[in-house]
Amino acid sequence: MTGAPLIHLEGITKTFGQGAAAFQALKGVDMAIAEGDFVAVMGPSGSGKSTTMNILGCLDVPTGGVFRFRGVEVQSLDRDQRSLLRRKYLGFVFQGFNLLARTTAVENVELPLLYRGETAKDRRAAAMRSLDKVGLAPWADHTPAELSGGQQQRVAIARALVTDPAVLLADEPTGNLDTERSLEIMELLTDLNRQGITILMVTHEEEMAAYAKTIVHFRDGLVERVERGHRSGAPLEDV
Amino acid sequence: MFTMFGATLLLAFREIRRHLLRSFLTTLGIIIGVAAVITMVTLGKGVTASVQDQISSLGSNVYIVFPVAGDRTAPRPFRESDVEAVRNQIAGVVRTAGSVSSSAVAFHNGADWSTSVQGVGNAFLEAQSIDIEQGRPFTAEEEASGQNVCMIGPKVRDAIFVPDASPLGENMRIGNVSCTVIAVLAERGQGGGPNQDQDNTVMMPLKTVQRRFTGSDDIQYFVVKYDSAYSSASIQESLIDLLRERRLLQEGADNDFNIIDTAQVNQAIGAATGALTAMVAVIAGISLLVGGIGIMNIMLVSVTERTREIGIRLAIGALAKEVRLQFLTEAVVLCCFGGLVGIGLAFLFSWSLAGVIDVPFVFDPAINIASFLFSAFMGIAFGYYPAARASKLDPIDALRHE
Repeated sequence: MTGAPLIHLEGITKTFGQGAAAFQALKGVDMAIAEGDFVAVMGPSGSGKSTTMNILGCLDVPTGGVFRFRGVEVQSLDRDQRSLLRRKYLGFVFQGFNLLARTTAVENVELPLLYRGETAKDRRAAAMRSLDKVGLAPWADHTPAELSGGQQQRVAIARALVTDPAVLLADEPTGNLDTERSLEIMELLTDLNRQGITILMVTHEEEMAAYAKTIVHFRDGLVERVERGHRSGAPLEDV
Repeated sequence: MFTMFGATLLLAFREIRRHLLRSFLTTLGIIIGVAAVITMVTLGKGVTASVQDQISSLGSNVYIVFPVAGDRTAPRPFRESDVEAVRNQIAGVVRTAGSVSSSAVAFHNGADWSTSVQGVGNAFLEAQSIDIEQGRPFTAEEEASGQNVCMIGPKVRDAIFVPDASPLGENMRIGNVSCTVIAVLAERGQGGGPNQDQDNTVMMPLKTVQRRFTGSDDIQYFVVKYDSAYSSASIQESLIDLLRERRLLQEGADNDFNIIDTAQVNQAIGAATGALTAMVAVIAGISLLVGGIGIMNIMLVSVTERTREIGIRLAIGALAKEVRLQFLTEAVVLCCFGGLVGIGLAFLFSWSLAGVIDVPFVFDPAINIASFLFSAFMGIAFGYYPAARASKLDPIDALRHE
């Protein structure tokens, strides 16, 4: 099942530095991601997958090419317009969790809502709903230091979900977790995807990528191949 | 927008609470600066009030007229007739009273004390607002015939009379003259009059002092009390004209007398102490400036320390101006907190110091409010650069920051 086109990358290039020191990280990436997809981005380090994720997350702009998000050409937006896009449509989960220390779980989850001008009461209610979704409502008043790695990543996911984003971007979400916790997180992401959230995930673990519907392999700043995952309903095949 | 600002304020309070000691040390400069400025200004106002109060103790709506020396001549004293002419011929003059004084030693019961003896009448006491603590004023008879009665200042009483016993009715000796004490004067403190310590004095009828001490009918100086309904300038003008005429001054010659108007003196002293207070306040204000630099320093450290937090905020969609507002709010809240503590400290300092240096505690709301607003302004001025730096961070770099 393929939804409406959500993300289009056409001939995306990215060059860091200038002159002799210039380094071309992306050499013309083409990619299309449909609404409701679960995409795993794989590739060795330096292959351009992180750079691509930064561009997809509207944190960075490409040097050349066209990036359309719901038909909007993101490469021509300014910094604040991209911030508003992130605020409205994107949720981020990082490898290192990136929770605010000495701040309780529920306060961490509330954070994105602060920039939406909601009242304290609404913020708290939404944050509690989101924590409940990841099964951490009872830990709402604990600080990150009092939570396990798996729990911290769940708080981070709850924070990403609290704004009801269209896309969840996860950068190595299981990179700092043991296998058992990793599988729990993947189950959670799969579940969220079933509820309709598009997920883009960077990983280097085959086992985690196997949860995705689509797996995109990067090499040397280009998309090497795209395969359908186990969950896409189709057998594994090169596209 | 209001909830946004409320949320920013909440974040600022949380952040300050998390680093309570550091926040306190950061604002210490502001606290000391604000406290110093307010204390200086408050004490300055106290000193001004104290001095002006003493000048006012010479009486309000009062001139003191005394002769001054010319280039080659000694001061020419007034005559009793001059004083009477002023009282009778100038509209608006309520009362005049001449006085002479001489230094003398007072003796009683084997004790002696250096003081001054002043020849006055009841009119002088009234014009100068001198109160009698115990005893009675002169009688008309005593004044007219120059009898040997005296009123003593509290210092004289303390110096030569037995404590706890009333000196009234006692005989004492002043110079070669023996006199009966009829009154003790109320305490007046240091004054600007001819005899500096107004409490160290013995007052006798004018005639007595003229006859027994100065040996002439001269009046050394006189006071003029006028009705406040009249213009001070026009009375002064008539006074000058009259005295010039009576003293036969040629057209174009300088006045050989001087008129002190207590209101004018008060104004002049107020202006002088006000300028001094302003200068000291500016010096204290420099410490406020140094405090502001301290705020900037710590805010820069804080931005570096919280780079990753800033990255998270930017990634989840905070606008640059929102991050800037957050850090700016923190700086302003810190400074306002410092301002409030400074005001509290200043209240304590100035209240207790006013007691120590013996000036009235004059609470001035304006300087307190101004100092508070200035400290808030310091927060904006010195918090802006760190806040702008935070808002310009690149979210990707900030998130990678260890």
